[in-house]
Amino acid sequence: MDLAETQRLITEYLHELANLFHRLPGSAIFLRYVKSSYQDDPIRSAVELFLFLFAVRYLLAPKYSTKPGVVPLTEDEIDDLVDEWVPEPLVSQPTPLEELEVDKRTVIVGPVGPKSKLVNGRTVTNLSSFNYYNFNTNEALKEKAIQTLRNYGVGPCGPRGFYGTQDVHLKTEADIASFLGTAACIMYSQAFSTISSVIPAFSKRGDIIVADKGVSFAIRKGIQISRSIVRWYEHNDMEDLERVLAKVTKEQARKPLTRRFIITEGMFESYGDIVNLPKIIELRLKYKFRLILDETWSFGVLGRTGRGVTEHQNVDAAEVDMIVGSLAGCLVGGGGFCAGSEEIVHHQRISASAYTFSAALPALLSTTASETINVLQNNPDTVSKLREYTTAMRAQLDPRSDWVYCSSSPENPVLILVIKPDVVTSKKLSYNDQQFLLQDVVDECLANGVLISRLKTLEDNFEPKQVVPAGLKVCVTIGLTKKEIEKAGTIIRHAITKVMSKKK
Amino acid sequence: MPRRFSNNSSNDTSSNSPSFSPSSGKGGIAIKAPSVKSHRLSQFFSVSPKSKTESQPAQSTPQSTAGNPNTSPPISSASLSLPTISLSTATADNPNMDEKPTTLFQPPSPEEARRLAKQHAQFGPIGHASHRYSSRHPGGVFPEPVMDEPPYYYLLTTYISYLILIAFGHVRDFFGKRFREENYRHLKARNGYGALNSDFDNFYVRRLKLRINDCFERPVTGVPGRTITLIDRGTDDYNHHFHLTGTTTDTLNLSSYNYLGFAQSEGPCADLSEESVKKYGISTPSTRAESGTQDLHVEVEDLIAKFVGKEASMVFSMGFGTNANVFPALVSKGDLLISDELNHASIRFGARLSGASIAMFKHNDMRDLEVKLREAISQGQPRTHRPWKKILVVVEGLYSMEGSMCNLPGLVALKHRYKFNLFVDEAHSIGAIGPMGKGVCDYFSIDTAEVDVLMGTLTKSFGANGGYIAADKAMIDKLRATNAGIFYGEAPAPAVLTQISAALRIIKGDLIPGQGEERLQRLAFNSRYLRLGLKRLGFIVYGHDDSPIIPVLLFNPAKMPAFSHEMLKRKISVVVVGYPATPLVSSRARFCVSAAHTKDDLDRILTACDEIGNVLQLKFSTGIAGGALPPAEEMAPPPEMEKEWQRKRTANLTPPRWRVEDVIRRGVQDVKSPLF
Repeated sequence: MDLAETQRLITEYLHELANLFHRLPGSAIFLRYVKSSYQDDPIRSAVELFLFLFAVRYLLAPKYSTKPGVVPLTEDEIDDLVDEWVPEPLVSQPTPLEELEVDKRTVIVGPVGPKSKLVNGRTVTNLSSFNYYNFNTNEALKEKAIQTLRNYGVGPCGPRGFYGTQDVHLKTEADIASFLGTAACIMYSQAFSTISSVIPAFSKRGDIIVADKGVSFAIRKGIQISRSIVRWYEHNDMEDLERVLAKVTKEQARKPLTRRFIITEGMFESYGDIVNLPKIIELRLKYKFRLILDETWSFGVLGRTGRGVTEHQNVDAAEVDMIVGSLAGCLVGGGGFCAGSEEIVHHQRISASAYTFSAALPALLSTTASETINVLQNNPDTVSKLREYTTAMRAQLDPRSDWVYCSSSPENPVLILVIKPDVVTSKKLSYNDQQFLLQDVVDECLANGVLISRLKTLEDNFEPKQVVPAGLKVCVTIGLTKKEIEKAGTIIRHAITKVMSKKK
Repeated sequence: MPRRFSNNSSNDTSSNSPSFSPSSGKGGIAIKAPSVKSHRLSQFFSVSPKSKTESQPAQSTPQSTAGNPNTSPPISSASLSLPTISLSTATADNPNMDEKPTTLFQPPSPEEARRLAKQHAQFGPIGHASHRYSSRHPGGVFPEPVMDEPPYYYLLTTYISYLILIAFGHVRDFFGKRFREENYRHLKARNGYGALNSDFDNFYVRRLKLRINDCFERPVTGVPGRTITLIDRGTDDYNHHFHLTGTTTDTLNLSSYNYLGFAQSEGPCADLSEESVKKYGISTPSTRAESGTQDLHVEVEDLIAKFVGKEASMVFSMGFGTNANVFPALVSKGDLLISDELNHASIRFGARLSGASIAMFKHNDMRDLEVKLREAISQGQPRTHRPWKKILVVVEGLYSMEGSMCNLPGLVALKHRYKFNLFVDEAHSIGAIGPMGKGVCDYFSIDTAEVDVLMGTLTKSFGANGGYIAADKAMIDKLRATNAGIFYGEAPAPAVLTQISAALRIIKGDLIPGQGEERLQRLAFNSRYLRLGLKRLGFIVYGHDDSPIIPVLLFNPAKMPAFSHEMLKRKISVVVVGYPATPLVSSRARFCVSAAHTKDDLDRILTACDEIGNVLQLKFSTGIAGGALPPAEEMAPPPEMEKEWQRKRTANLTPPRWRVEDVIRRGVQDVKSPLF
């Protein structure tokens, strides 16, 4: 009875609903449409209706956070937490080594030359600047720089993309490309920022980089920002490189082909030795990797006319995909460059951040770089003279010192002197001890009229950490006579002996 | 043959801008007409034969000129060109010319005329004493810039344009990849090497940007001052490669970041820089940490610190590098860096290197920042919920694509409550903003102690190169020992440093008292004048009223090259930017105003914009951002009523479409009141 009643009520109700629906204008059309489009299948229509209702419910449902682990808090609780929170100071207290860094800063008064005047009034032999060829105070170059200044002003007041490309930049780019023998070249406005922008312009997430463990800070930063997969090989160890390359090739064999790069330095910033380029070229061709070569320290130094490692080891520059170098330092211009094929250069003009988002190089530094490259190209004597001086300086230091050895290659005008390992172990010198000891050597040299510096390195936050041995940095310059170089070498050697033998 | 453009442009002005001449009937410019003649005559008879011989080398490639800059054809051609500029020259230097026109007037000697013309091509003399203004925030709530929107028609056509471009691009790729395989080599894996560039990433560059490549990287020569000399180029392969045609074009420069007009090859800055090269040599060939610190560096660092109002500072040789290297020294793992979403790429670069967690807040939105701060402090680090060690909020003083300033009063208020550290990147605002040019703190009259780290570039307002960081002495000392830019970056060159110190001393008034003030006030006047003019003409302009960066919205992608070309036809060089530097729909042209511009220059720009705006249908503002006739009660409403007031105003607004003559006539008097 009750059931029948309910049934009757429901049917009645449904009838009423149907009537109501039929009375709506256009309902017949809608019904016909639904029927025909779903082949008159009521179950299917019902399912669709259910889905539609579900979608409506989903859209109207309140939003909730998808972040995991968010603790719901009331406004008052948040206010309390804000009141309680005590942040650390923006920078921490300096460590003793950092204090040393600031206290012992050398300030040169007047021009940087082979003899420089310091702020205390003393004139010293400057073996700390990268002024190998003493171009910095060259009158003819200065005259050219002033002419440029008088035509272009100082700054270009804009990035290269927006009216900052001056004809002098185009000329310098062309000069470098023809000097190196590559198809094209692109200039950046700071040497240090060049490589750290070149690497991420090409190597993206998922690409593979095989790099030397001893590469410079700038390269490490470039690799870090590229977020690529990195494999390291032992410093300058070609067998290890081959092992890594073979391993990477095997690992990646079944995966889609990505870009693969070998990144190394021509002459290493932290060690001073030279890469074995022919072997690397051979391996890169064998395993099909592209090669990015950082010649920041070798461009303008190695080879008969200073073209760098490629000239020094008789390798065609076109075999290297990207040659990155510096126009600051011994070329006394400014900025850095990357030379390579036209496609490689063109791509950087759009996507290398230090190029697109930075103001262009001042015109006078660009023309100076052009000029000094020209000088080197036409006077191979200049380069060979530097090498001769380097040999003379090295002879005073490396074989004759009981305390330090020179990790630089014989061609490198930057002599990096590292405390011998047996001295370190016998005297139980920690890294900080070595730094303080070497600073004493620097001070002792300065007291005797020779300015050198410690090898300044910075620890970064990129794994694996790189441990650069503490060292001294002696930069040879041909602005002095050979006698003076030898004398300075003797002073440095004696200073090392004096300081080291005092230390128990 | 170099384009003799003194002849050309006289045609230009008569044919293209008939409305331009009436403006000369005003104020101190009445003497224009006679002076034109005398000047042009003197050019014709004395200068031009010489210039012909001089500009001979320019016909060979400009590269050869660079090697031998002494001949300097670009400069001499600049002196011949731009008749408008030489006009105002004559006005300023010979104010009594029209009173004693015949006997006593001595026309300047050809050398003198040439020297003046060159000087004024780099920095125009002020037209009238009233063309100055001092920009300062009046206090109270800092209003958000009003973002006007175009009719939906333009948004729709913009999307359709992109769709068409993308469709065409794919069709061309389809055939190109089959029949022109050599053009796609770098996008395909070959011989076992992965593709050099990703096909997808490259699509935009290949199929969209390539079409308008001639608007970018235009080579220039000479000083990027009030005028800039473009080296003409042509293309035979649809913008893949360009070849230099050997001619140059002098254009009015609206593109360089030369806010205070210090890009000059003569005058005190250049003289001192020359001295500096003679005395110090060309560069400082070392890093700052080794032996790259000279007395010059110390002097400039002291000057900058005093100028911005901090205890100490350090200078670097590159602005981008300054930001890229400072963040790793300031923040690290366990710290939170909250960055404005429109911050410059260099900040993102540095932030990514630092290893700190990064959060973003909506551009200039203090409410959003507060939400983010509350969440960060209350929730702590993700997963562990340990409190953040410290929070660094990073903003820019003046945003280079938007022309908007950071809401410093709002930030400082939040800083007091939430105890974060504040980093302000004054790349564009230092020198360009504030009554004394000291940046946003100066503009808002806020003590610089409220900002922990002030960063800025020296490229823009000072006409030099590089960047600086200014903070407390303890902080700078620590950064000296931990900043990679100090350890590995090359030291700034002596000439660059001298340019900075000379510019700073001029701004402060130590060198040539009065000139620095004039530059600052002219920049403020010019910025407001041009912005007001553009608003009144009916353009949609973004940014705050006192900002010297004026983005004019174009929307449709095809209007970018059209605008650039039309402006170039009128001898004005402008920057156009589109996606990805801006959101997809809001392509824009960006004007960078300089103190070197005169009011006549700005009128010339307004006239050009008026014409181009009509042709390209760019006048679509609704008037909510200002530009309408000033209503009777022009007082700003109390903050709580602002919305109401805004709505009421919007309801009965007529879109401003002033005639350019009226804009120019009313401009000078109206520029000093709020720009509504």
